[in-house]
Formats: sequence, structure tokens, C-alpha cells
Amino acid sequence: MNRLAYLTRGLLRNNPVFVLLLGMCPTLGVTTSAINGLGMGLATTFVLVTSNVAISLVKNVIPDKVRIPAFIVIIASFVTVVDLVMAGYAPALHEQLGIFIPLIVVNCIVLGRAEAFASKNRVFNSLLDGLGMGLGFAFALTLLGSIREVLGSGAFFGMKFIQGDAILLFVLAPGAFIALGYLIALINKLRKV
Amino acid sequence: MAKLESSFRNMVVVLLVITLVASLSLAAVYNVTKQPIEAARQAKKEKAIKLVLPPFEHLVEEEMQPPTGKDPVVVYTALLADTLVGYAVETYSDNGFGGRIQLMIGFLPDLSIYNTAVLKHAETPGLGDKMDSLKSNFPLQFKKMEAESFPLAVKKDGGGVDAITAATISSRAFLDGVNRAYETLKVKGDKQ
Repeated sequence: MNRLAYLTRGLLRNNPVFVLLLGMCPTLGVTTSAINGLGMGLATTFVLVTSNVAISLVKNVIPDKVRIPAFIVIIASFVTVVDLVMAGYAPALHEQLGIFIPLIVVNCIVLGRAEAFASKNRVFNSLLDGLGMGLGFAFALTLLGSIREVLGSGAFFGMKFIQGDAILLFVLAPGAFIALGYLIALINKLRKV
Repeated sequence: MAKLESSFRNMVVVLLVITLVASLSLAAVYNVTKQPIEAARQAKKEKAIKLVLPPFEHLVEEEMQPPTGKDPVVVYTALLADTLVGYAVETYSDNGFGGRIQLMIGFLPDLSIYNTAVLKHAETPGLGDKMDSLKSNFPLQFKKMEAESFPLAVKKDGGGVDAITAATISSRAFLDGVNRAYETLKVKGDKQ
């Protein structure tokens, strides 16, 4: 497999949300608007890239039996860094995403990539893998957020084009499941063509 | 390089080193971001106070215990050339749909409301978050609300306030916070 493939496979062929179905909790929770999805996606991308690189660097000095706690400590540290930096320099976005930023720690994609890829591969390839998976996650969240925002609040990236309320259901939890279900079906159909 | 063996000593040493490095780097980041975070919080509060009060020159800050609720509220007394122009009350309610909400309510000296602002909330986006004046006209009805209309209640509860559609709980919580601010000021006025 050439190096470019590490980067691109996360985007569509192995998209973490639509294909691997990992990280469903933040996917369903924060995607009430496109900007929330994008912010969450980019925060997760940062954590994925940095933790993949760090874990790949230290993979040989971590004894197998304690690898999971070691990975989690590394991941949690980077998540806290994101949390603090966001609170300081992007307070508005930080408020919107709220509890979901600390919860990146338990996002299965991050630990999943650490365990399945970074702990077995070279540093540079791990970086590409983290970047690809992160961007794929960000793409999926932004897409889902856009759909829910358009249908649910009649707006796109905060710009309203329908006065008053649209289909409220899509802003609430059931709308997230419905929209995600149809999106997964659509993406899977497209992948087979 | 071969993988390190999973012996007891190796495991303890590795985990210790990793947690040590992690806590040191977090301490460093915390120190760097401490000031921006504090500044962002302060800026938000100051903006809210300016929004809910008529022009003023300086503020006197005072923590007070409201008649209801366990935590104190902060009362900012606004003065313009030594005359009282109003009070901004940083109040809260624990009845929100998504936990505690924090509000800044501006009162004129006769205890009518001048304006309101939401400092922090975790209400449902698209429903309860309309308590924010950027997102709906709900908060506008409190502008110039007379002191006689207290305690405030939504129409469903026999009051005069139009609740947010499909977010009666959030609307009630908002009013709970406003009422708490009003009662606190009333106690303060009675004392003087």
C-alpha cells in the first residue's frame, strides 16, 4: 500500500463514521449545526494526529500488558491540551461543544487507531493515518451537521434562509439517528458503485 | 528495536514515566492558557454587564445570598457620577433542561428590568437555547418590564410571559433566575 493510501482511505473507503461506525456518541451529540460538527471534527483530528505520532514514537518502550492505560494517558493529555487551548482562544466554540471536548478521550476512533495502527507502524505513516481518519471524521460530522441544520433550523453555517422554525425533529436526538441512518445507507450504496 | 518485556519492573517504570511527562506538560499548558481563559471569561461578563445596563462609569461588586437557592449571586451596582443608574445581577437557575443556567439581569433603580443576557447555558440547541437574544425574540419581552409584574411566570402557569415554543422548562428556568435576581435586590433594598 503506498503512502497516499494511508491518508485517503479514512476519507471515504474506511470513513470512521460511515463505514467503521466508530465514535457514534459525539457524532450524534454535537452535530446540531454544521459549525459544531466542523469544530468537533477538527478538535478530534488534532488529537488523532498528535496521539498517533506520540504513540508511534514510544511504541517500543511500552510493555504489551500496560499498553492500553499508557495509550489512554497519552490521548487524555492531548485532549486536555485541546480543551484548555480552546477555552482560552476560541471561547465561543468551546461553549458550544461543551462536554464533548473532554469526551474525545473515550472516542473509540482515537484509541482504535492507536491500537490498530500507530502501535504497529512508523511515525510518518501514523501521522498520515491519523490525519486521514481525522479529516474523514470531520467531513462526516460537518455533512451530518449541515443536513440537520438545514432541515432542523432552516440555516446553513448559521445563515438563516427560512424564517421561524423548520422541522424541529432534526435538531433533537431522533433526527440525528434518522439523518445518520440515511447517510450511511447512501454512502454504502455509493461505495459499491 | 525489540519490544520491551512485560516484566513488573518495566511496567511500573514505563507507566510512571508516561504519567509524569503527561502531568508536567499539562501543567505547562495550563500555565500558558490560564490568563487567556480568565480574560475570555472576564470579557464576556463585562460585555454582558454593558449590555444589560444604561451607560455607567463604575461598578461596585457585591456578593449576596438570595432568599431562595443555595449559592450566592453577584450584584453589580452601576454608578454614573455618583448617581445610581442601575444594578446588574449575575444570577442562576438550577431548573434548566441541561443543568444550571447563568444569567445577567440589568435593573433600573425602580427595579424594572432594563435588559437581560445569558452567560452560560446547556439547553437543547434549536429549542431552549432561544433564551439567547441572538436566536429569538423571547428575551425582548423582558425589556422595560415593570417591577409590579414580579414574580414572573409563563402564561401556562398563570403569568404574563410568553414561553419559548416547545421549551417551557427552559423558559421557566429563565424566569426562575430572573425572579431570584429580583428578590435579592428587594432584600438589599429593604436593608438600606
